[in-house]
Amino acid sequence: MDSKEMLFCGNSGPKVRSDCRIGFLTTKEGGRKIDLKSKVKVMFGEEILRLANEVLDFYNIEHCEMQIEDSGALNFVLAARMEAVIRKASGSEQEFLLPALEKNLKESPKDRFRFSRLYLPGNTPHLFINASIHNPDGLILDLEDAVAYDKKYEASFIVRNALRIIDYGDAERMVRINQIPRGLDDLPFIVNHGVNLILVPKCESADQIKAVNDKIAEISENKDRKIWLMPIIESALGVMKAYEIASAADNVVALAIGLEDYTADMGIQRTREGKESFFARNMLTMACKAAGIQAIDSVYSDVDDSEGLINAIKESKSIGFTGMGCIHPRQIRLIHEYYGPEEAEIEKSKKIVRAFDDATAKGLGVVSLGSKMIDPPVVKRALTTIDIAISTGKLSSNWKEEAE
Amino acid sequence: MKKFDKFVVNALGRKVPTIVNGKEMVPFMGVGKHRPTGHKAAAPIVSAADFPADGNKTLPDLKAALVKAGLKDGMTISTHHHFRNGDVLAVQIFDIAKELGVKDLVWFPSASFPCQEPLIKYLEDGTIHHIEGSMNGALGRFASYGKMAGLGVLRSHGGRYQSVQDGEVHIDIAVIAAPTADAFGNATGDRGPAACGLLGFALADSQYADKVIVATDNLVPFPCIPWQIQGNNVDYVVVVDQVGIPEKIVSGTTEITRSPDRLFIAELTAQFCEEAGLIYDGFSFQAGAGGTSLSIGVYFAEILKEKGWKAAFARGGSNKYLVEMLEQGLTKFILDGQTFDLEGVRSMRENWNHVNTSPFTSYNYHGKGFFGSFVDIVILGATEVDINFNANVVTHSDGLLLHGIGGWQNTLFGKCTILPIPLFRDRIPVILDEVTTITGPGELIDVIVTERGIAINPKRTDLLEKVKGSNLPIKTIEELQAEAEAICGKPKKAKVDENEPIAVIKWVDGTIIDTVWRVEPN
Repeated sequence: MDSKEMLFCGNSGPKVRSDCRIGFLTTKEGGRKIDLKSKVKVMFGEEILRLANEVLDFYNIEHCEMQIEDSGALNFVLAARMEAVIRKASGSEQEFLLPALEKNLKESPKDRFRFSRLYLPGNTPHLFINASIHNPDGLILDLEDAVAYDKKYEASFIVRNALRIIDYGDAERMVRINQIPRGLDDLPFIVNHGVNLILVPKCESADQIKAVNDKIAEISENKDRKIWLMPIIESALGVMKAYEIASAADNVVALAIGLEDYTADMGIQRTREGKESFFARNMLTMACKAAGIQAIDSVYSDVDDSEGLINAIKESKSIGFTGMGCIHPRQIRLIHEYYGPEEAEIEKSKKIVRAFDDATAKGLGVVSLGSKMIDPPVVKRALTTIDIAISTGKLSSNWKEEAE
Repeated sequence: MKKFDKFVVNALGRKVPTIVNGKEMVPFMGVGKHRPTGHKAAAPIVSAADFPADGNKTLPDLKAALVKAGLKDGMTISTHHHFRNGDVLAVQIFDIAKELGVKDLVWFPSASFPCQEPLIKYLEDGTIHHIEGSMNGALGRFASYGKMAGLGVLRSHGGRYQSVQDGEVHIDIAVIAAPTADAFGNATGDRGPAACGLLGFALADSQYADKVIVATDNLVPFPCIPWQIQGNNVDYVVVVDQVGIPEKIVSGTTEITRSPDRLFIAELTAQFCEEAGLIYDGFSFQAGAGGTSLSIGVYFAEILKEKGWKAAFARGGSNKYLVEMLEQGLTKFILDGQTFDLEGVRSMRENWNHVNTSPFTSYNYHGKGFFGSFVDIVILGATEVDINFNANVVTHSDGLLLHGIGGWQNTLFGKCTILPIPLFRDRIPVILDEVTTITGPGELIDVIVTERGIAINPKRTDLLEKVKGSNLPIKTIEELQAEAEAICGKPKKAKVDENEPIAVIKWVDGTIIDTVWRVEPN
C-alpha cells in the first residue's frame, strides 16, 4: 500500500526536546528527497541522513519524500519514528532493529526488591534517557494511560527501541501494556526486546494473565528467559479476584493496586488519608502474602507533598506493601528510605549475620546470639535486611570490614 | 582601519588576530603572565567653573544631552545592563544617532539582551560600526554570520573595567540609566519606581568617560542618597518618561530549576562540596544565575542550617534565595554584583549587610587584588568543556556566538571552581576533545559535576585526596566524555571560516584568549 499524502509520526514544536517528527510519502520517481531541519545539524546532520538512508534501504524504498524535524533526538528515537511512519505508510511488518545492548536481553531476578518504580510516558523519549540516574528499582515505559490514543502506535516503537538500547543500570525494565485484549498487541514490541516485567493494567481475572502468558509463549524467541508479570488491580472485581490473579502463574511476582481507577470504579472520592481504599489494599496485601509474591502500592499523586508521601509510605508498609509507584524522581529517595529497613532493624540484623558467619566458620549447625538460638528463617530475613540496607545506601557494602 | 590582521598562535594554541579594529592587541600568554606597566588612563581635567554653580545639570531630553556631549561619527558610546532585558535607553540613543545622521559608532555595553535586537538595523545601515561587549541571541547570530562591519570584542565584567582603566577602550559618551538621581548627577539604583538594584557596571564609565549623562525617571532633590554614582563625575542629567522596566530584570534563569536531572546535579554538587570539606563555618560562595546554580545555593542553605553554621559572605547576583539566606542569618553579607530579581532590590535597600559592589572591587585583574579570588566555592555554567578542562561560555557547538562572558572569567580565580553541567544537552555532548571557543583556561577549572559523574581536574590532587573512599561517583573527564559519546555519538566540529574572525574573546588581563569565527547560516 502506497501513501497518497504525507504521513507523520513523532513530535515537534518549540517545547519538544530530544525528539523528532518524521513526515513520509512514497513517490513513483525522483529518488529520495530528504529534507532535514535539525537543531544539531552541524554536529549530527550527516549521521541523521546516514541513518535515514539505512532505514530506507532496509525497506527497499527508492523513491520518497521524507521530512525530518529534529529537536536533538538520539538515533534510537529517530529510527523508531522513521520505522513507524514507513510501516504506517507501507503496511510492512518488518522490524528495523538497532543492535541491542547484550545486558538488556538478560532476565531480572524474580525476588529482587521493587520498592520504587518510576513511570515514564511511553511517547516522551527525552524523559527516558536519564531516568536511571535517580536509582529507581524499576522503570516503567508506559504504553497505557500516559499515551494519547492516536499516539499509541508510534509509542510502541520508541518503547521497543528504548528497551533494547538504553542502559538503565540496575533498574528493572518494565512496560505497562494496554488493557487486555488491546495490550496483547503490545507484546510483539517488547517480549523479544529486553522487557523484564510487564504490568497488566485493570486486571480482573486469571484468564487475562493466561492470555498474556500464552501470547508470550507464542512469540518468545528465548523460552528460557523469564518475563515477570505485575498485574494491576484497579476495580472492585479485581480486588475480589486478587488471590486468583496473584496465584494465576508462577511468573506473577507482584500485584500492584491502582487507586485512581479503583475509586472511580467504586464511585467514590480518593482522599489524602486513603480510608476509602483501606479494605481493598488489605485484600491485596493478603492475597499477595498468601500467594508468596510482593504487594506494591499505588502512586502518591502530590509530588510537592513530601510529608504526605512519608505518611502514606509508613501506613502502606504497616499493612504489608513493600513498594510504591512514583510519578516523579524526587519521590524515589523517600520511598527507599521509608520502605527500607529502619536503623534498629539493621543493627539487629548485623548481629544475627555476624553470629551466622561465626557459626559457619566454626562449622556449627546452629546459630546462636548470646544465649538465644536463632532459627534459619530469622537468619534469612536478617540477610535480606542487610542486602536491602546496602542497596538503599543505609549500610556500607564493607560494613563487616569497617566494624573490625 | 583594518578589521583584523596579523594572526598568531597564543599560549593555549589558539589562532588569534593581534590587530583588532585597527588597534594592536596582545595574545594570551598564560594565567598571570601578562604584566603591563605604565599608568592608568584618566578622564579629561575639567573645571567646576564650567558647570552650574547651583548644581543643576538638567537638560530637556536625551537628544539635547547627546548633542551637547558632542556626539559625532566614530565615537564610543557606553550603556549598562542593570535592567537586563528591561533596558530601554540603548535603542533610544541609537535612534537619536540615526536621526542626527551620525555614523560608525562603537557601542560599548556592559552586556546586551534580546530587548536590544532592534539595533541590528543600525549595524546594517552603518550607524553602529561594531559592538564591544556581549552579543546575545539575535545580535550574536548577526555577528556570527559575518555581517558586522567591525570585529566584536567580548570582555568579562572585570575585563571591561580593566580595559577602560588601562586605556584600551576610551569612552566618549557614557549614558547611565538611573532609577533615582538628583539634578547634580548623584544616582542610585536601589530606589525609585524603576528600582533595579545597583549601578556598579557604570562605575568605570562614570570615572573615565569624556562625557557622562545620567538619565532618570525619578529626579529627587539633592542629595540623592546613597550616591552609587557620584554627581562630581556627571556632565548632564536628563529626565525621561521611563528609564527601564525593572520587572524584566527577572529572566527564566533566575528561578530554581524544576528539572529532575538538573536538581540531581545540584544536589550532587552540594554533596561534593560537603564531602570535600569546602563548606565550613565562615565559608564563602558564589552561585550565579541559572536554575542549577540557584538550586545549589538552596542546598548550601540546608547544610548550613543543619550544622548551625553561617557563611562569611555570599557573592551575588542576588535573588530571593540569597536574600532568604541573609534574612535567616545563614550568611553575614551579600556582596552583590547585580540584582537578579526585585527581592534582591528590596533587600539591598533595606538590609545594611546587603552590599553593592562594582567590577572594580570584585573582579578587576589590574588592581591591587580583587575579592573574587578569595571566594571558597564558585559555581558556574558552561556550554562546553574540553578534556583539559578548558571551558566555553560564549559559543554553541555549532559555532554561533550566543552568550556573553559576564563575570564568569573573573570568578574562575576563586579557591574552587565547579561547573555543574549536564553531560549532554539533547544529543549534544558537553565534554569535547576541544571546545569551540576557549573562554576560560582549564588550569582554573577544578571540578565538573554532571548527572553521570564528577570529574576533578588532575591538578587538584588535594580535592582528589579528600573525596577518596567517598560514595561520590568520581570519574575521569575522559570517562565522562566516553559515556556521553556512547549515548549521543561523536559530534562533528562546527564548520567555521578560520580566515574570517567575527569577534575576539579577551582574557581578564586584556590579552586575547580566543577568536570566534564566521559560520554559514544553517
